[in-house]
Amino acid sequence: MEFALSDDQRMFQDSVKGFLDEAAPLDTVRKAAGGDAAIPAALSKGLTDLGATQILASEDHGGLGLGLLDAVLVQEALGAAVAPGDHLSAALALIGIASAGAAEQQAVWLPKIASGEVRFGVAVKERTGARDGAGVSSDDGKLTGKSLFALDTSQATHILVCDTEGRLHIAEASASGLTRNTLTTIDKTRDYAELVFDKVAATALAGENEPGLAADKMISAGRLLLAADTLGAAQTMLDKAVAYALERKQFNRVIGSFQSVKHLCAEMAAHLEPARALVWHAAHAKDKDMEEAEIMVLLAKSHLAEIGAFIARTATEVHGGMGFTDLLGLHYWFKRIGANRQLFGGPEQLRDEAARLQGWA
Amino acid sequence: MDLSLSPEYEAFREEVAAFLDANKDKAPTPGDGGMKNPKRLAWQKLLIENGLTARTIPTEYGGYGAAPDILKSRIIAEEFARTGMQGGLAGQGISMLVPTLLELGTEEQKQAYIKPTLEGEIVWCQGYSEPGSGSDLASLTTKAHIDGDDYVINGQKIWTSTARQADMIFCLVRTEPDAKKHEGISYLLFSMDSPGIEVRPLVDMTLAANFNEVFFTDVRVPRTQIVGKPGEGWMVANATLTHERGMLGDPNAAKTRLLRIAELMQRETVDGQRLIDNPVFRDRLVALQARVYAMQANGLRITTSRLKKESPGLAGLIVKLQGCELNHELARLAIDAMGEFGLLYEDSPYLRDFGEWQAKYMYDLGLIIGGGTAQIQKNIISERGLGMPREPKPAAA
Repeated sequence: MEFALSDDQRMFQDSVKGFLDEAAPLDTVRKAAGGDAAIPAALSKGLTDLGATQILASEDHGGLGLGLLDAVLVQEALGAAVAPGDHLSAALALIGIASAGAAEQQAVWLPKIASGEVRFGVAVKERTGARDGAGVSSDDGKLTGKSLFALDTSQATHILVCDTEGRLHIAEASASGLTRNTLTTIDKTRDYAELVFDKVAATALAGENEPGLAADKMISAGRLLLAADTLGAAQTMLDKAVAYALERKQFNRVIGSFQSVKHLCAEMAAHLEPARALVWHAAHAKDKDMEEAEIMVLLAKSHLAEIGAFIARTATEVHGGMGFTDLLGLHYWFKRIGANRQLFGGPEQLRDEAARLQGWA
Repeated sequence: MDLSLSPEYEAFREEVAAFLDANKDKAPTPGDGGMKNPKRLAWQKLLIENGLTARTIPTEYGGYGAAPDILKSRIIAEEFARTGMQGGLAGQGISMLVPTLLELGTEEQKQAYIKPTLEGEIVWCQGYSEPGSGSDLASLTTKAHIDGDDYVINGQKIWTSTARQADMIFCLVRTEPDAKKHEGISYLLFSMDSPGIEVRPLVDMTLAANFNEVFFTDVRVPRTQIVGKPGEGWMVANATLTHERGMLGDPNAAKTRLLRIAELMQRETVDGQRLIDNPVFRDRLVALQARVYAMQANGLRITTSRLKKESPGLAGLIVKLQGCELNHELARLAIDAMGEFGLLYEDSPYLRDFGEWQAKYMYDLGLIIGGGTAQIQKNIISERGLGMPREPKPAAA
């Protein structure tokens, strides 16, 4: 029995962290948030060069054939750095196409995603609940309707779209009849859009017998990765709060020597430490197809949403007035955690799903 | 990451399960009350002989003498939890004094006390806290001065669990009044039958009178009854406090509690609707489930660290704080879901589950306060886990 990361896993995560320290310091995040599109592109390329994009692709398809736990460790590092870029969408596209694509479709697309030759955005939000009449229908190879909160579409070459029946389709980002409207959110480290489809030509993924299973796999993995992203972001916020408390002086003492401040930090750590184990456990359960794997994902995402919110506000509070300013940039983490909480289902929705899965509703 | 057990351990689990199944008639039930109930003591001896308790304590001191094996200990605990059978005795003598004597006791002390303690023949209580010395335990003022071959003890202890049943006490007393506060304490073992000891029950909010006050008036204790050297009592006591905190906040207990509440919410109804069908209560249940699962996964991490002989670090430091709080909130959910029925207590009509949810809700508050308060735990987490400074000492007046 061993509940721990392997040396390989630790080294891989360290190499991603090392890369992001160099390539995505706060100044770079600021520029990307200000609209510099070269930054997310460069980060995506860097992650591909490291092998991070290839984690979830099989070796037959030019990937590393690793599991969700490995993907979680990379996402944790991305969250820790609030790194901009479309890494999450690439991971979800690999899962969706590997699961719903016919063999020849997999052979065409998966190596291209793994190598960074194509870049995917994903439009699957309606699978977790449609608002404002959104939804994309498919008729004779053409997509019509709209999808909200499509991720990473501004630089994508292709979009993976889930229709109202749960089927997955690949559309070219530049296809005629496809309109992209930017959705401005608090989180400027990611790219959110409304996609409007007007008889857009698309290729249906043809390998799936039961529509919806592949989309649900993407959603489940997405929830786990968002939980990991929050885990990383929350750890950075805690680290920054402790560092600030050991530096800032009032009443001739560092504020980190006051119990009121120490206890806030202790509470953050006390919540975060078991949450890390929960996220790892859920990822491992998915990789090993364990009985409670789906329940664990729902618990992990909802729980990280709750403690993420707690840590985001508490770490900001420890920074006092400075935490509230743009100067420190702490708000990028606060907002990323806030975005992760809502995406792919908020905590109440996920807990309701978890209750249903175990026959409690 | 590998949560499976090797064939050796799977075989061990089967062995334990087979033993428990074959001996289930011998296991005491909650009805077999009394600390020295013959059935309980016979069961304890049988468990020791078969390596299911006192497993790693050397045979020369009455244990089973196995090499430490964290996974085997874990399997034993899991099998007792799974079958619901009574495990080995676990009073303060066994869980705190025995490890301390093994580490710091003289050979005579080990020979005299470990075996009868393990077998339940000697019941111990712990004399640490005093009315004026709680979180600041090292400020304790119960005094012992030397008179011939004896220490003579005067003072008062409080929060002393099982003092009325105990045969012996392990007790902190101030023997060096002029030394610094941490350096003037000694750790003494003596009989609760000694002349000059008075025990008064201290009824707690559960009304179960678990605690006592213990008064010492010129109690004479031979000087040989000291563990460690005079003035080293603080160090000796800290060895045992580490053992105590490991006992509190067990995630397997929280999991059992969660499942029982889920059952209760499926069984109980209001206006004909099951409690679990109320989305608000259901949401609270699943939110707590996430925390239980997180603590269980955290427990797996700690076990792995121990197997590798590494410090579990923060993962270990947070267990008492988070585990006790989680248990408390679980009990609160059970009470809230039952509405007015959640108030019923003692032997009231309509009582559910023997009124144990209220008893747990109150008792857990005691655990949050005892064994190092939640605030002390937060000091420890921030200082040892996060590297934050201690509160500066106030300037001398």
